[in-house]
Amino acid sequence: MRDSIHDSVTMLRRNLLHARRYPSMTISTVAMPVLMLLLFVGVFGGALGTGIGGASYIGSYVDYVAPGIILMAATSGSVATAVSVSVDMTEGIVNRFRTMAISRSSVLTGHVIGGVIQTMVSIALVVGVALLMGFRPTAGPLDWLGAFGLLLAMTFAMTWLAAAFGLVSKGPESASNAPMPLMFLPMLGSGFVPPERMPGAVRWFAEHQPFTPIIETLRGLLMGTPLVGGTGALALGWCALIALIGFLWARRAFSRAVAR
Amino acid sequence: MSSTPEISIAAKRLRKSYGDKVVLDGIDLTVRAGTIFSLLGPNGAGKTTTVQILSTLIRPDGGTARVEGHDLGRAPDAVRTAIGVTGQFAAVDRLLTGEENLLLMADLHHLDRARGRRRTAELLERFDLVEAAKRLPATYSGGMRRRLDLAMTLVGSPQLIFLDEPTTGLDPRSRQTMWEIIRELADSGVTIFLTTQYLEEADQLANRIAVLHNGKLAAEGGPDELKRLIPGGHVRLRFADEHALLAAMRLLGHSVRGEDGLSLRVPSDCRVRSLRMLLDELDDAGVEAEEFSVNTPDLNDVFFALTDSKREVLSA
Ligand SMILES: Nc1ncnc2c1ncn2[C@@H]1O[C@H](COP(=O)(O)OP(=O)(O)O)[C@@H](O)[C@H]1O
Ligand SMILES: [Mg+2]
Repeated sequence: MRDSIHDSVTMLRRNLLHARRYPSMTISTVAMPVLMLLLFVGVFGGALGTGIGGASYIGSYVDYVAPGIILMAATSGSVATAVSVSVDMTEGIVNRFRTMAISRSSVLTGHVIGGVIQTMVSIALVVGVALLMGFRPTAGPLDWLGAFGLLLAMTFAMTWLAAAFGLVSKGPESASNAPMPLMFLPMLGSGFVPPERMPGAVRWFAEHQPFTPIIETLRGLLMGTPLVGGTGALALGWCALIALIGFLWARRAFSRAVAR
Repeated sequence: MSSTPEISIAAKRLRKSYGDKVVLDGIDLTVRAGTIFSLLGPNGAGKTTTVQILSTLIRPDGGTARVEGHDLGRAPDAVRTAIGVTGQFAAVDRLLTGEENLLLMADLHHLDRARGRRRTAELLERFDLVEAAKRLPATYSGGMRRRLDLAMTLVGSPQLIFLDEPTTGLDPRSRQTMWEIIRELADSGVTIFLTTQYLEEADQLANRIAVLHNGKLAAEGGPDELKRLIPGGHVRLRFADEHALLAAMRLLGHSVRGEDGLSLRVPSDCRVRSLRMLLDELDDAGVEAEEFSVNTPDLNDVFFALTDSKREVLSA
């Protein structure tokens, strides 16, 4: 156990060194949500904002859309993990690790913890940009803490899933594409427009997909919007489920993969 | 810590298939501690597969093995503590400098900071990588990358090292350097399991050689023993014209015509007596040879004899 923590910390240091030395991946994962923010608030903001009911949003669409975009930062950050895991698998360095008496899980743990740290930094940057663009959360310290916890849980889940994508993909390129659909899920949820305003089938999907309760909970925490009972628990439940699936899948894929 | 076993690797009936392709068809291996053992075979023979099995990377479909006294299947982690592996393909972190790569290994071997630094400095020095220490492996030559790879393998001071085709693709100079490094390692008491496609390499370095062919060990022994497996070498005769050549062929029976059309390869045990007899026979028949050379068997002959049934056509 102690050895496995020691090894995971070593792997984490290695991954953070990679990220610091080659920040382009991290930058591009931040760029995506920031661009969305600029686009939706700066360009479409006026038009969309007036269209959204609820008195609390009138005139400040940024307050409605920011939580969804912050969440996009979590999924977009996971791309970096998918890519770095996949690069490792093609590099053969993992084969070296596998012939050493180190805890097997430390390779993945290092990637996942490193990925979570990077993504949380990206999220902080996106929150910063949103604040600059007029995002005015009403959250108190406890709400912020709750939001942080939720984002952490979400990021953790997405990062395990991304690690699995990275392990099963054919190479870094397809690894970077795999999480893409997830990035757009907030759009088909309550991220940009309330689901009530969507057409039938899309609406059903939007109301039942995992991102909607997560976004709603985040919005509730940051903006104080009223929540349907149990939304928070549902959000955490989805995070736990995604994390579990990602973890089990990644673990299985990792023990199978022998890079050639 | 248990005392070092006499036998480093003892493998019995190792089998491995990929789909329908049988790669290893029940091979037995015994490697004595402190020796260089060479697994010799052409591309695709199953050398890497053998290394992968013995180094715990993949499981065999059948068979058992003890490596450094530990059962491969039951105690893979104990095996891993005792071995170091330098695979066929570079296993360095391309995003870290040479020095950082070595420090990473030191961390993973749980050396404390000071010892890790010392060991790293020592290995950089020994493998002539001091100047390249702060550069990324992408800037290294092939030989330097192999040396870094090997240095990384040595950080944990393994008792047994697997070297999978350590000189394939290297220029002659780098190959020489690598050979010297391997000899030094062996002198320091490390056991080395070396795979190679080059007969010369096995002949130069190994105490024992096993030839892998069609999933089986076609032969095993010391370099000299292997040479003895082939009953004799051959004599090459060159003739001035086709007429003489044909006459000699009729006379000598078992000979094979060479590619140039004017030379003949005649099996022989290369003893003086039989050489004299051969020349006498030609003399008596009035057949004159232009050139005459004796080829005592080398590993090449062994190799072709064991692995290539078309040898008669290809050589001579
Ligand atoms: N993972 C694999 N899947 C399918 N076939 C494989 C795999 N690894 C090796 N092989 C096949 O097994 C044979 C032996 O391969 P290998 O051990 O790499 O040979 P060598 O190292 O002697 O060149 C080859 O025919 C190769 O194509
Ligand atoms: Mg090979």
